[in-house]
Amino acid sequence: MSAAIPLSAQLINLFASVILLLAFAMLAQRRVLPLINLFALQGLTLCLSTLVVAFTTGQAHLYGSAALTLVLKAILLPWILHRLVRKLQVKADVEGLINIPATMIAGIVLVMIAFNVALPISQLSSAISRGTLGIALASVMLAFLMMIIRTKAIPQVVGFLAMENGLFLAATSATYGMPMVVELGIALDVLVGVIILGVFFFQIRDQFDSLDIRHLEKLKER
Amino acid sequence: MPALLPIDVLLIAACAWLALGFAGLAAPRNLFFISKILFPLGAAVGVLCGLTSLRFLGESAQVAVLAIGLPDLPFHLRLDNLTAVFVLLLGFASAGISVFAAGYFRKGEGAAPGLMCLQYHLFLASMLLVLLADDAYAFMVAWECMALSSFFLVTTDHRHAEIRRAGYLYLLIAHIGAISILLSFGVMTAGSGDYSFAGMRAQALSPFWASAAFLLALAGFGAKAGLLPVHVWLPEAHPAAPSPVSAMMSGVMLKTAIYGLLRVSFDLLGTPLWWWGVVAMSIGLATAVFGVLYSTVQSDMKRLLAYSSIENIGLLAVALGLTLIFHAYRMEALAALAMTALLYHCLAHAGFKSLLFLCTGSVLHATRERSLGKLGGLIHRMPWVAWLALAGVIASAGLPPLSGFVSEWLLLQAFLFSPGLPHPWLNMVVPVAAAVVALVAALAGFAMVKFYGIIFLGQMREEALKDAHDAGPWEKAGLVWLAGLTLALGVLPSAVIGYIDAATRQLLGAGLADKVREHGWWMLAPISPERASYEPLIFLATIAAAVLLGRQLVHRLYHGRLRRSAAWDCGYVFQGPRAQDTAEGFSQPIRRIFEPMFRMERHFPTIRDERPYYSVKVEDHLWHWLYLPLARLANGVSALITRLQGGRIAIYLLYSFLTLIVLLLVARP
Repeated sequence: MSAAIPLSAQLINLFASVILLLAFAMLAQRRVLPLINLFALQGLTLCLSTLVVAFTTGQAHLYGSAALTLVLKAILLPWILHRLVRKLQVKADVEGLINIPATMIAGIVLVMIAFNVALPISQLSSAISRGTLGIALASVMLAFLMMIIRTKAIPQVVGFLAMENGLFLAATSATYGMPMVVELGIALDVLVGVIILGVFFFQIRDQFDSLDIRHLEKLKER
Repeated sequence: MPALLPIDVLLIAACAWLALGFAGLAAPRNLFFISKILFPLGAAVGVLCGLTSLRFLGESAQVAVLAIGLPDLPFHLRLDNLTAVFVLLLGFASAGISVFAAGYFRKGEGAAPGLMCLQYHLFLASMLLVLLADDAYAFMVAWECMALSSFFLVTTDHRHAEIRRAGYLYLLIAHIGAISILLSFGVMTAGSGDYSFAGMRAQALSPFWASAAFLLALAGFGAKAGLLPVHVWLPEAHPAAPSPVSAMMSGVMLKTAIYGLLRVSFDLLGTPLWWWGVVAMSIGLATAVFGVLYSTVQSDMKRLLAYSSIENIGLLAVALGLTLIFHAYRMEALAALAMTALLYHCLAHAGFKSLLFLCTGSVLHATRERSLGKLGGLIHRMPWVAWLALAGVIASAGLPPLSGFVSEWLLLQAFLFSPGLPHPWLNMVVPVAAAVVALVAALAGFAMVKFYGIIFLGQMREEALKDAHDAGPWEKAGLVWLAGLTLALGVLPSAVIGYIDAATRQLLGAGLADKVREHGWWMLAPISPERASYEPLIFLATIAAAVLLGRQLVHRLYHGRLRRSAAWDCGYVFQGPRAQDTAEGFSQPIRRIFEPMFRMERHFPTIRDERPYYSVKVEDHLWHWLYLPLARLANGVSALITRLQGGRIAIYLLYSFLTLIVLLLVARP
């Protein structure tokens, strides 16, 4: 790395790559509780990255975003998920529709696509953190992939939340974050979404004695 | 205070109908209040509408703007002579039907009376608004209100699956028609964004787009009127509805479609092309022949009348086609003759078909029977209904001196001039159409003889018919009113033409009234008395004189020498009501002669049958050739689409994921 890149940008890039690494780790993680921990860690990294951007650019509202991320994604949501896992007595192992190595290969292809797509957009942007746009897009896609290949309900919800992390990263990296109102709205949405899904978990388990969403196929109208 | 303009009176009438409808909701179960107060008031409003338009006819158009509707999109209304003729029809026909309905609805039949009252008066008000509308927006709103309120009226007795099915079919075709009409209006705005009729009149469309607009309008209004091949809802919906509703739909609502066709083709589109007339005439002829043939073979009295309505709509389309052809060649006097026939037939049909439907309502109430095979001899038990139905039957069969004859005679007169058309093959082909019209008129006579003979004449086919009772006073009043209209339209053609001439003059710039007035009110000679003339009063007087004289002579000569004895029974041992001609047997020759036109399933008893029976079921070819394949196609396409929906969440997510990636790659700058 040349010295022309300031320390803050290097830090942002570092955090972004950690987020990407965590996304891959989540994709590969078979157990539920470590998965949630990884998600919490991703939230924490996101918070740090936002703090650096806020400090460098002096955008005061980004401190608020960082605090919101910390409270919601690193603490509150993982706590709720932990509780759910305990209450539902989910078995440790998570089965995927396709095996882990194949998933990782698919993930790499997705990252390449994401970088390719993001390249022209990040050239348009003048933000200090523009290099991370590709990573943000890649983590959105990886999270989406996780939602597709997981067959249990909780990992799917984690995938959904991780997707939101990626979107948040994209927002901070491309335009220094969304307006506060929008961020608050999204945060509330995510929180309410998780609570409602938690209720659904109980319903699904009562109905099918399992949280395997493949049982939901029976609901289709013939 | 300035005097109320006719258009204001009509607006007040529409509001009054709405108010009466909602008043019915106030006490939905109070049958006396609704049937003996609200419905007669509705009839009074109808008479007011009729009188207002009679007063208006001949004056210049009046406009009004209602500040209701969407912001910046008020309802434009306009009362001109064309509208006035149809308001006249609506007002006078609905008056009779409302009075009849006052006596018709009983406790515990179908929906709550208050609900019926709301739907019925909403139906009337929306029809009035359809006629008054002067922009596409108001027109479509009123048109849809009309379709929906009539849908609910048709499905009054929604507990029967058959009736729900009829209602669904009606709603489906009404919607397809409405889309077509909307598209037609869209074409006529020519992209100017001005949806008022005044704006459409100002557009000069290229022949291609004008033809597109005309064909779309023909399809859309044809679906409402029951032209081939979108007639299938009509024979289903009319028998399903309560009789006053069938009468209203057949007598009045079908005419709003004719009104729409006239409005579009003569007012909004300017000069027509000659081949539009050929299209309208061909469809009309096919519809008329189809309708009359199927009406002769029906065994359900309301279905018979429904098919007869299809036939009459076909005749109206033929008249429309002929008018378009004459108008396109600038033969305005002849166009006026055909147009007069058309408007006259609208009025006549509204009178006699409402009358007949109401008569079937009375028969239905008295006997609880719709099937012709179980009726008969009712003239002894229901003389009022029988004699009044006779007026409707004679008019419907196109016999003098009643209303149907005048309009059909005018139409044939117009046809007699078609060899003068300046077109090498039109002037040879169009007269052939006249022959078909004559055939239709004759077969209509056959159908009416069957209708009347089997219901009212002969012996009673069922024991239960002995308990049949005649119509009540309200029902009688409604029937007498409509029979009176039929008689007036038959006997006073010159006076009636004097009124409706204003509409002809407005649309074509030429009229018949001056020529007709020359010869005095008792004689109708549309072109010249040397060529053809008709003196209805002389017919009436001759018929009346012959009947009275014959009666007197019989009484004089045979008085006291009359004795009743058993008729000679040709040596048969048993001669009861079963020995009479049945509804199926009566029309058997028609079924035999026109066999390819029907899709028949017959079962003949054989000598080995333990329980011999005979059955014949006549179905519509078009249903099997057109509608069922279409329905199968729609089902197949939806089955294909259902395959996408596998029920697996992973697959659903994959759809969005792949879409996202493809879009990202495509949208890549």
